[in-house]
Amino acid sequence: MDNTSLLTWMAWTGPTVLFFLYIFGSIAAMGVWEYFSPGGAPRRGVFGLDTTRGDRLFITHLGSCFIFLAWLGVFGTPLWGGLIIAALWAVFVFRYV
Amino acid sequence: MRKTVNQKAWFLVLPVFLLVAFNALIPLMTVVNYSVQETFGDNVFTWAGVRWFEEVLRSDNFWNALQRQLLFTGLVLAIEIPLGLAIALTMPKKGFWVSVCLVLMSLPLLIPWNVVGAMWNIMALPEIGLLGKAINSLGINYNYTRQPVSAWFTLVLMDVWHWTSLVALLCYAGLVSIPDAYYQAAKVDGARRWAVFRYIQLPKLRHVLTIAVLLRFMDSFMIYTEPQVMTGGGPGSATTFLSIDLVKKGIGQFDLGPAAAMSIIYFLIILALSWLFYTLMMRNQEN
Repeated sequence: MDNTSLLTWMAWTGPTVLFFLYIFGSIAAMGVWEYFSPGGAPRRGVFGLDTTRGDRLFITHLGSCFIFLAWLGVFGTPLWGGLIIAALWAVFVFRYV
Repeated sequence: MRKTVNQKAWFLVLPVFLLVAFNALIPLMTVVNYSVQETFGDNVFTWAGVRWFEEVLRSDNFWNALQRQLLFTGLVLAIEIPLGLAIALTMPKKGFWVSVCLVLMSLPLLIPWNVVGAMWNIMALPEIGLLGKAINSLGINYNYTRQPVSAWFTLVLMDVWHWTSLVALLCYAGLVSIPDAYYQAAKVDGARRWAVFRYIQLPKLRHVLTIAVLLRFMDSFMIYTEPQVMTGGGPGSATTFLSIDLVKKGIGQFDLGPAAAMSIIYFLIILALSWLFYTLMMRNQEN
């Protein structure tokens, strides 16, 4: 593979490949979930918003980004504390939002 | 009644998907890859982890630029949305003047952004510019190249001149699409002008206002060309907005890693605020 190929140009690393696999995998998992257990119609949660399962995934991911950034800005590395808060946030969003 | 299931329709979405993949998804993925690495060019990269994110989040330049950006966007939205709506309400609905108004309102939108910056640059010069000279002749000390307040005033005025007509045209399109029956019913009920606006026009304009707010929010949050041409981010760093700071880092200093990390944070802020505006405005509509 020469230096100008797409993969070289995009400067892929193992962790970023895993990151994008997680993003696309979670979107695909939502499709599988809906296929086997339909029920993704909007419902009203604690914030008074009507959200579908897809909306809740979006809110979870967006919120997690800010949780990690806040953790990084305040405490720096390692990010395990941020990960725990993000996981709790995901549970909260999928159950109550 | 059973719905026909035809999955072939997904193929019709494929061209759009490919287009979005090539103009948005692949560049975004590349930026994510760059944000965790260090490079000195020639496609040689070394792993840096989250160091650049930490650096950006702890940099005063970034927070100051973000504050300026939020202030600028807040100011232009607070002026352009009500002003555009007011202009749309006063525009004629029938006759010869409709075309005249539409052409006049479209003119600022047709001018390239760098030309707008250059035009206002010349017009606001304190010694020879029409605007600068007029303000100074009123006894007000105005010099946008030296005074931060003057620079801000000029940039906000320039943005309002450039983009209010977009809001006005969107609102005008929304207003002319309201059926006459609503106005006739209001007339029969003896509704006053304010009641017609509050209970007929404003609810019917919610969709276009949502679009107008989102477009103006995203555009003003990404503003680069006009302030770059006009003030270059100065005086000092008084008008250095996020995009100017980003370009200085990415292209001026060729710090691709920190610039990529900053781009991602910038993108997340725009995404979160756009989602918030959209959700709040649509929720009000449902209520």
